[in-house]
Amino acid sequence: MLRSARQNRASNGAGVNLHEWREASRERRMSDIEFAGISKTFPRGRSEFTALDNVSLKIPDKEFVAIVGPSGCGKTTLLRMVAGLETPSSGVVRVGGRPVHGPGADRAVVFQQFALFPWKTVRENIAFGLKCKGMSRAEREKLALRYVEIMGLTGTEDNYPHQLSGGMQQRVAIARSYAIEPEVLLMDEPFGSLDAQTRILMQEELIRISRVNPRTVLFITHAVEEALYLADRVVVLARNPGRIVEIMDTRPTREAEGWDRLASEETMEMPGFGHLRAQIWRLLRREMQAPSREKEKT
Amino acid sequence: MAAHLSSRQARHELALLSLAGTVVFFGLWQGVAVSGLVSNYVLPSPVEVITAGLAMLVEPFAGNTLQGHVLASLGRWAAGFALAAALGIPLGLGMGHWRVLDAIVSPVFEAYRYIAPLAWVPFAALWFGTGIGGPIMVIFTGAFAPCLVNAYRGARQVERHLTEAARTLGAGGARVLLEVLLPGALPSVISGLRVAAGLGWQSLIGAELIVVSSGIGYVLVQGQSNLAPEIVMAAMLAVGLTGLLIDVALRATESRIKRRWGQPA
Repeated sequence: MLRSARQNRASNGAGVNLHEWREASRERRMSDIEFAGISKTFPRGRSEFTALDNVSLKIPDKEFVAIVGPSGCGKTTLLRMVAGLETPSSGVVRVGGRPVHGPGADRAVVFQQFALFPWKTVRENIAFGLKCKGMSRAEREKLALRYVEIMGLTGTEDNYPHQLSGGMQQRVAIARSYAIEPEVLLMDEPFGSLDAQTRILMQEELIRISRVNPRTVLFITHAVEEALYLADRVVVLARNPGRIVEIMDTRPTREAEGWDRLASEETMEMPGFGHLRAQIWRLLRREMQAPSREKEKT
Repeated sequence: MAAHLSSRQARHELALLSLAGTVVFFGLWQGVAVSGLVSNYVLPSPVEVITAGLAMLVEPFAGNTLQGHVLASLGRWAAGFALAAALGIPLGLGMGHWRVLDAIVSPVFEAYRYIAPLAWVPFAALWFGTGIGGPIMVIFTGAFAPCLVNAYRGARQVERHLTEAARTLGAGGARVLLEVLLPGALPSVISGLRVAAGLGWQSLIGAELIVVSSGIGYVLVQGQSNLAPEIVMAAMLAVGLTGLLIDVALRATESRIKRRWGQPA
């Protein structure tokens, strides 16, 4: 098999170790995500503010879906509903056909602020979810070290989070989420607080990870390029009220232009990529300039 | 280097001032006591007090030596303090995190806070007689509130995304409490323990005036009924010194834990 440019980069230096990764993955259940008629309202003064208005979306098993939209469009709220950290005002969120009730280890979340435990070492942070599962100390130590290696964190396993750079901290957070072998991976602007270079490297690594070990991924971002580069489908959300305006399938263009074999800067120069990007920007611009629908109603 | 040296110098100067303050205090006391202005029964001199205290170290008074009484008191204090910490800290952490629990417990707790530990002494005597339970209960009532309040404040400061991360990784309530809220709130919890230790020690002496037959508070009562003011004063001195030692030990623990935890990211 031909090794892609990305995979080659992975094998030199501190990148993601794919052979280890394949070995680490196990049998898993089907897990699709379904938003069925989701609305969310918050009280605001005497009236109500509609954050999300009748959002319906199906994400099939193992698909990587990115949601883009301006701040305040409710994209993070959607993710938190899948995580079980928030409940819809109406509608149902189902994962693997079952309605979501509260958080669970089948749906791991990677937060923008990393959310690492400052009093735990890298190794202890990664092993936390395994401990919750009741895994024995020896077993979870072994598995944690394997993920340390996979995520290119070797040598930092006994460090505390504050001793690491932002990029390394986010690797720990991703390792912690992957270590529990979740059915669904929920990423809430995971690269939002990283510097531009680190961000690109992390995106490339995420592509590698998700191609070799596919999961159902819901990825929230406000960066259009990031969404296009990573996702099988990009969902464009508008605000006031939050609703889906477009769902764009990147796969035909991705396969035709061979994005997965290119570095991110090369991908971004491809005509198909530019075309999709322009389409999304047009939609976002139109939504930003349009008068709010909520105002129209009143 | 210069700054380090000057701060060290400043520390030395402060230590000298502390020493000077103590010497002046005891000097004035001795001066007033021997001046003849007040009778010896009203104010024994520090020399008499310290002599009486030292004598009690070897010769038992009221059934035990001074160190024996201090140890008896310390034992009761430790039991009441541990009980207050074991109940107050988890409850405070839980209330800080779960609003429902906060709403349930808060009204009763807020009223309870204003009842002085000594107000519980009649019920301590009624429920436990002269047994060990009485003083422990009084110490508990003194130490419980600061344990709870500081754990509560600490838990409120633990960032929400940390508890959320724990829950999405499969942690249940007990694990969130022990592995996220407790370490996250630890500096505040430790400050609470220090306050609680002090309040507990103060309440204990009050309790021992009434319900027990050993301990430093009991020495106070016996000294009074034996018309031996120097023994009463010596017992007071022992109370103060022991309290000071407790605080020094807890302060050292506090700074060690803070150093160990480093700067949270």
